[in-house]
Amino acid sequence: MSLKYMTPTEQFKKYLPKDYVELVDYGPFGKSQDEAGVNNIGQFKEVLEEHPMCSGCLMAYFIRVFFAALPNPEDTVTLGTAGCGRLAISQAAVPFIYGNYGDQNAMASGLSRAFRLRFPDKKKDVVTLAGDGGTMDIGFSMTMHSWIRGEKFTTIMLDNEVYGNTGGQESGMSPQGAILKMAPEGKKFEKMPATELAKTAGCVYVVRISPTNIKKTAKSIKRAILVAREVGPTFIHVYTSCNIEYSIPTEEVFKDAKDQEKDRFSFEEYMTDEAREVIERIEGEEKKAKKAKKGARKEEVVS
Amino acid sequence: MSQNARPKLEKKIVDAGYLLKEAPRTQQFITGAQAMAEAVKRANVDMAIAYPITPQSEVMHLVGDIYAQGHIKEYYRAEEELGTMSAIAGAARAGVRMFTATSGPGLLRGLEAIASWPGHRIPAVLGVLTRVVNAPLSIQPDNIEIAYLMHCGALVLHAENQQDTFDMTLAAFAIAEKVDVYIPVAVATEGFFVTHAKGYVNTTPEDMALTPIDPTAAPVPAMDNETPPARIQRDAPVQKSNFMSYLIHAVWQQEIWDSNKRSMKYIYEYLGGPIEVQDPEADVFVVASGCAAAQAREAHRYAQEEGLSVGFIKVRSIRPFPVDEIREAVKNAKKLIVPEHNIIGWLCKEVKASIPNSGIVVEGPRVYGGMTLPVELIMAEIYNALGIEHNMKL
Ligand SMILES: Cc1ncc(C[n+]2csc(CCOP(=O)(O)OP(=O)(O)O)c2C)c(N)n1
Ligand code: SF4
Repeated sequence: MSLKYMTPTEQFKKYLPKDYVELVDYGPFGKSQDEAGVNNIGQFKEVLEEHPMCSGCLMAYFIRVFFAALPNPEDTVTLGTAGCGRLAISQAAVPFIYGNYGDQNAMASGLSRAFRLRFPDKKKDVVTLAGDGGTMDIGFSMTMHSWIRGEKFTTIMLDNEVYGNTGGQESGMSPQGAILKMAPEGKKFEKMPATELAKTAGCVYVVRISPTNIKKTAKSIKRAILVAREVGPTFIHVYTSCNIEYSIPTEEVFKDAKDQEKDRFSFEEYMTDEAREVIERIEGEEKKAKKAKKGARKEEVVS
Repeated sequence: MSQNARPKLEKKIVDAGYLLKEAPRTQQFITGAQAMAEAVKRANVDMAIAYPITPQSEVMHLVGDIYAQGHIKEYYRAEEELGTMSAIAGAARAGVRMFTATSGPGLLRGLEAIASWPGHRIPAVLGVLTRVVNAPLSIQPDNIEIAYLMHCGALVLHAENQQDTFDMTLAAFAIAEKVDVYIPVAVATEGFFVTHAKGYVNTTPEDMALTPIDPTAAPVPAMDNETPPARIQRDAPVQKSNFMSYLIHAVWQQEIWDSNKRSMKYIYEYLGGPIEVQDPEADVFVVASGCAAAQAREAHRYAQEEGLSVGFIKVRSIRPFPVDEIREAVKNAKKLIVPEHNIIGWLCKEVKASIPNSGIVVEGPRVYGGMTLPVELIMAEIYNALGIEHNMKL
């Protein structure tokens, strides 16, 4: 493909919904991150524009950043599950597979293997995005085993430290002491050590982040996806607060995210040597290409 | 996962009609588990996912072996059955042909995913090698799990013996992938009685394989970013309002059950129809499916020897259920006897619901917990139905 299969012929364009045509003409498909990445938000048509999530929801914000950061949106498939996030993920112009609660990493195991079978020479990016409940509670075994098996795709845990979609129950990722539904006396055990589990289970690239810095967030997403293509499972544990269930006033959502950055979501980036090699190679090539482009432009100006 | 190093086999590709009805056959003396694996070997399966459970394991070991030989392109052991069935749903979205098998508790553990396969339009084939599911736990071949499976939307074929297991499994791939069907097909047979017992099976040549899956010929084409339509339309209407959510679910599920019904013509085409009838003029019929049909067949033979007016109906397809066919076949019958390998009598309930005079249905005989079904039990009901005095020592 993949750009080709979504591009309508000139004659057909006028019969298609405007939104579709604009996505093809002005969207990020087939463009580089320099042309349509997070740095250019506002200057291209984003794959996610409308969604029904709560206003001021940090999860919705992160999902928007995620889609803008995709290195290859025209060859990406996302998988999600019950939980708030899928309300927005399903509204993006990227194929989305929605299964039963917690099954996203098992589905992605099948899907990514099948892609490698059918398209051994193409890069098809597979990313799961699920809540903390979907990833670490009900989906725990499927999450862990996909990592243990070394499945080559990216797992993103949208951690709002609560079951948001079902009205605010305790999850394994809630902090100890939090008073939540089904934890009327406060949570009695600690937040699960997700990034430690990921490293132990064989993830080759692991990031914990509070998405306060858009460039840094986008860089982690891109690295996770590029490494998963070649090396093995990658994991991003991202803080995506629930301003409803934790009663965070909308105007303080970002401040809270900054506070969390100093607390439970201090930035952590782990990579194996093999992952580092891939990152250095790809980012080195990108730098070289940029330099060459700049040089060419200078020459143009001079001549 | 290193595809390059995998053995490459040269096979002649043939369509399902030729493979099932015309291809030369040679007789083998093999178990039901082997028969299922032999069918998988010829079905051009892309990927199989395994998780062990007695009595199913045998099948998935053999499928593992045929993967190693190069008949299948990808195979792995999953974490448990929900993981297995979910991975099947994921892989099928990429447009590949999928197979797995399970038994009893494994089926129930995977059922949340299996029940969503039809709605996801997953044309996978699922082997169901029956086993007790309720406590007290046991590994014996009770088939009550089919009652849970019947309402998922999938086709359910029920094999009497090793030959059926081979033919139905092979046909299942062809039927599942028909554009006007495109839902999963379960091929069930009794654990141990069929899976671990040997029988004569006429198999097609090993170097002849079913036409590969065509990921473009689907009502919901593969989600591979290659096959049109492009999925960049940003409108997930199910999320838009409660009304849309009711409506879309309702319409979608109607289409699933219509697809299920539409498969009937292919059951005729590849398997000779959903029922087999012997002695259509008889007064009393023994109606059975799966392994119970083998015992019912034997009871029919006894009855023939004694000159009794007894017919035999084998039900091959549990979903779609052959309502019209059964109603027609028993329209002049005075009694129907429905022997089963489970306590609730799911087949009996289906038969009763299919005919206007359900009072003629004898509820049983039933054995459960995996017990064998002696022919004498069926004979006793035949004598009762015909008003013949008997003194059967059971
Ligand atoms: C098998 C099953 N059990 C329970 C549910 C109900 N359920 C839906 S969403 C959800 C909680 C989602 O929480 P989380 O995964 O943390 O995501 P969030 O909504 O917080 O983003 C639950 C319990 C379900 N859909 N399926
Ligand atoms: S409930 Fe919480 S996580 Fe869900 S959309 Fe609202 S703010 Fe976001």
